[in-house]
Amino acid sequence: MSNLFPITVTVNGTPYHREVEPRLLLSDFLRHTLGLTGTHIACEHGVCGVCTVLLDDRPVRSCLMFAVQANGHRVTTVEGLAKDMEHLHPLQEAFSEKHALQCGFCTPGFLMTLIAFLHENPNPTEEEIREAISGNLCRCTGYQNIIEAVKLAVSKMNAAKGK
Amino acid sequence: MTTSYIGERIQRLEDPRLLTGQALFVDDLHLPQMLEVAFLRSSYAHARIRKIDTSAALKRPGVVAVYTAQDLGAYWQPGPLLVSPPPTIQRISFNTRTQVALAKDKVRYVGEPIAAVVAESRYIAEDALTDIVVDFEPLPAVVDLEQALLPNTVLVHDDLSSNLAAHVIQEKGNYFAIKDQADVIIRRKLSYDHGAAVAMENRGIVADWDAKSQQLTVWDTTQAPIPIMNGLARMLGLSENQVRVIAPFVGGGFGPKIMMFYSEEMLIPWISKQLARPVKWIEDRQENFLATTHERLQIHNAEMALTKEGKILGIHDIFLHDTGAYDPYGLTVPINSQCTLLGPYHVPNYYSEFSVIFTNKMIVTPYRGAGRPQGVFVMERLLDFAARQLGLTPADIRRRNFIPPDQFPYKNEIIYQDFAPLTYDSGNYAPAMDQAIELIEYKKFVEEEQPKLRAAGRKVGIGIVSYVEGTGIGPYEGARVTVGASGKVSVATGVGTQGQAHFTTFAQIVADVLQVDIHDVFVVTGDTLKMNWGCGTFASRGMVVAGNACYAAALAVREKILKLASEVLQSPKDTLELSKSAVCVKGMPDKKISLGELAVRANPLRGAVKPGTEPGLEASAYFGPASGATANGVHAAIVEVNPKTMRVDILKYVVVHDCGKVINPMVVEGQIHGGIAQGIGNAYYEQLVYDKKGQLLTASLMDYLLPTSYDVPRKILTGHMETPSPLNPLGVKGTGEAGAIPAASLFVQAVENALENPKLEICEIPMSPNRLFELLK
Ligand code: FES
Ligand code: FES
Repeated sequence: MSNLFPITVTVNGTPYHREVEPRLLLSDFLRHTLGLTGTHIACEHGVCGVCTVLLDDRPVRSCLMFAVQANGHRVTTVEGLAKDMEHLHPLQEAFSEKHALQCGFCTPGFLMTLIAFLHENPNPTEEEIREAISGNLCRCTGYQNIIEAVKLAVSKMNAAKGK
Repeated sequence: MTTSYIGERIQRLEDPRLLTGQALFVDDLHLPQMLEVAFLRSSYAHARIRKIDTSAALKRPGVVAVYTAQDLGAYWQPGPLLVSPPPTIQRISFNTRTQVALAKDKVRYVGEPIAAVVAESRYIAEDALTDIVVDFEPLPAVVDLEQALLPNTVLVHDDLSSNLAAHVIQEKGNYFAIKDQADVIIRRKLSYDHGAAVAMENRGIVADWDAKSQQLTVWDTTQAPIPIMNGLARMLGLSENQVRVIAPFVGGGFGPKIMMFYSEEMLIPWISKQLARPVKWIEDRQENFLATTHERLQIHNAEMALTKEGKILGIHDIFLHDTGAYDPYGLTVPINSQCTLLGPYHVPNYYSEFSVIFTNKMIVTPYRGAGRPQGVFVMERLLDFAARQLGLTPADIRRRNFIPPDQFPYKNEIIYQDFAPLTYDSGNYAPAMDQAIELIEYKKFVEEEQPKLRAAGRKVGIGIVSYVEGTGIGPYEGARVTVGASGKVSVATGVGTQGQAHFTTFAQIVADVLQVDIHDVFVVTGDTLKMNWGCGTFASRGMVVAGNACYAAALAVREKILKLASEVLQSPKDTLELSKSAVCVKGMPDKKISLGELAVRANPLRGAVKPGTEPGLEASAYFGPASGATANGVHAAIVEVNPKTMRVDILKYVVVHDCGKVINPMVVEGQIHGGIAQGIGNAYYEQLVYDKKGQLLTASLMDYLLPTSYDVPRKILTGHMETPSPLNPLGVKGTGEAGAIPAASLFVQAVENALENPKLEICEIPMSPNRLFELLK
């Protein structure tokens, strides 16, 4: 089984050269090969959105991609959002302030989905937010507080831009 | 100035770790030399195993070992009975049949583990599963609850004379004596099907046997790390000191993760010990549907006797409860149904009888609500139908039957799941109903909005239900509070945490008692090395039982602080006060000593510690309530049904909830929101569908629909009432299951009201658009 392929993937700004089996999932590559375990997996069949990462700034489900498909691309994971725990991204701050996470297992997927969404649509309506997260499952929060957090993040991000 | 965190919306201390991907979950562990396991699971619901051939699998490169039941030798034992049937119930019979690590002669549900492959990676282990050949002799499967007891039905357990797992009768008053006095009898068959908890994190275990130190370390997604430690020590013949179990961050529990011992939980540590290498098994989503416990299937034949004024005279209920292939969790779930059915109402006469049935399905154990949603469903539906017949509003009939506030403690005379007589410690039900009616603007909706909207062709409806929840049962939990030399405070408690904010709420309690900044309090949960006495997180008991243990331990440390400070500052204890991580003499803010300095003095390197004095500023305390604290609430909702698609939009949802003293309202609301979403999923979207052969047809998230952001209420308004529980010093009651318990009953009442069809009676959960169309035909 030693048909390994060399790949280079730039994750959170750092290029990684690795040799991988063609069947290795991108999610397993990030979590187990690179040890970036902030990206979680919950279904591995593309439904829950928990494994969402950005591939060249667009949200993808890392459980539905092979690592070799990310060869030559940029990947951003939840570990790439904040410098450290004291300097959270406004979206992360808003999640905490509005209690938009409980067990937190789904949270990295929501954050990555929303980062891409807010980039595309910096002033969404509530219905647009609801739609944007409708492909991410959360079993703990009932989503109300996630929607509130996105609204708060929008105002935080707009205020920061205004400065 | 004293700081007060209790009762405040304190932002969670655990959030930064979770938001940055730094929180450790079991699958995040990578230990050197670690092996991974995949399980071969039964594809039949019921079959004899004639032969298993693993030779080809063993030859595959990268495979280290393959185990079947034969290989386990004396370790192959039925798992422990977790909860024995209440010895206090008189009319009771129970047949214990518990699960095994690997099926030996027979498989009893689809997904039952048959063989474990251990390999250098999960990919290789899964490849090797296809190399294993099992010779099955298929048997008919027991799936239908109502047919399982018919004569000549195939037996799930060959050594029993039928598929009856248990039978219980409990009675209060004498239903048969009052039945004749009734003006109205409402009789219905009501059923509630299986749903799954579907925590976003699947189960997982990593075990690491270190032969050199003779220590076993296990990371487990369990809700009960301490019982897992004790059980593993017993099964593996180790001392408790040799076993450390850690439940790190756990991605949602909701009940099934309190089940123990799962087959995998028995096996993975044993395999690590055999191979002296770390071993990991992580459940995938399909395994989670097949092999994680689930709940709820019951069929009730219930009747309610009432006066024409709508006063309940009595209830008679006979029901069947599906326990699946084994019954390790005893009678917790059906007894919860039996008891919770009575609700906040004065029911003078009650006859309740249930039969627990073995079937060829995965084991049934508590899932958020744990039998209570079914009991509430029966009671609330009977009241709804009675109200219709008597021309009363749903609110009126409930009000007429509430237990008045001067009747507490209220004795229900039957035995609850904690073996104690079912007694409501406190409550005040009518004001909760009033507040809910006000918040949902019931009158305005029914008199103005609904007629207008209906005239415009829109199907809008309203519903209101009430319930009680026995929370915070014993036996006990413990906590250890320590003030360190840096002045930081550590709190260790044995309960595991699955998102309930324990890192924050327990810190709020301790910070208040010791008057320190909450950010100086570090909570450790679920690590048996830090706290090895306790039980687990279940039955909405974390805050009630562990919260009160934290409180007691903090008070004991406070005593030690004051005693030592009194010596150091040479001032009597009652002249001292704690403030900002220091002790000072009241009115003399300069005469003070910091907690850190006191901690150093309490643990000296030279000199003598006075006899009878314990070193350090540390105390452990335990709390065990005599019985559960009864929380209650009223939920109301306004829904709109699209008659073309039967899509249901929940326009407004109101919760008035009394969980006693509230430590952190933000956290309580979060628990309620999540519970409601699960209740709504239960009511309209989620169903575990088994075919006649016992195959689960809904074993993926494509087929088993979880509510999304579109399916939950647009807005939830919460009204808190506070009737402190007299049963614990903090006055708290549990809240973890409160959202999930009544939501389905409310949903169907509101949908019926919206559809304005006098013949429509919803007597089953879950509904679905298809099922609604069928019922309306
Ligand atoms: S884990 Fe990738 S979508 Fe669920
Ligand atoms: S916070 Fe637990 S699944 Fe979303």
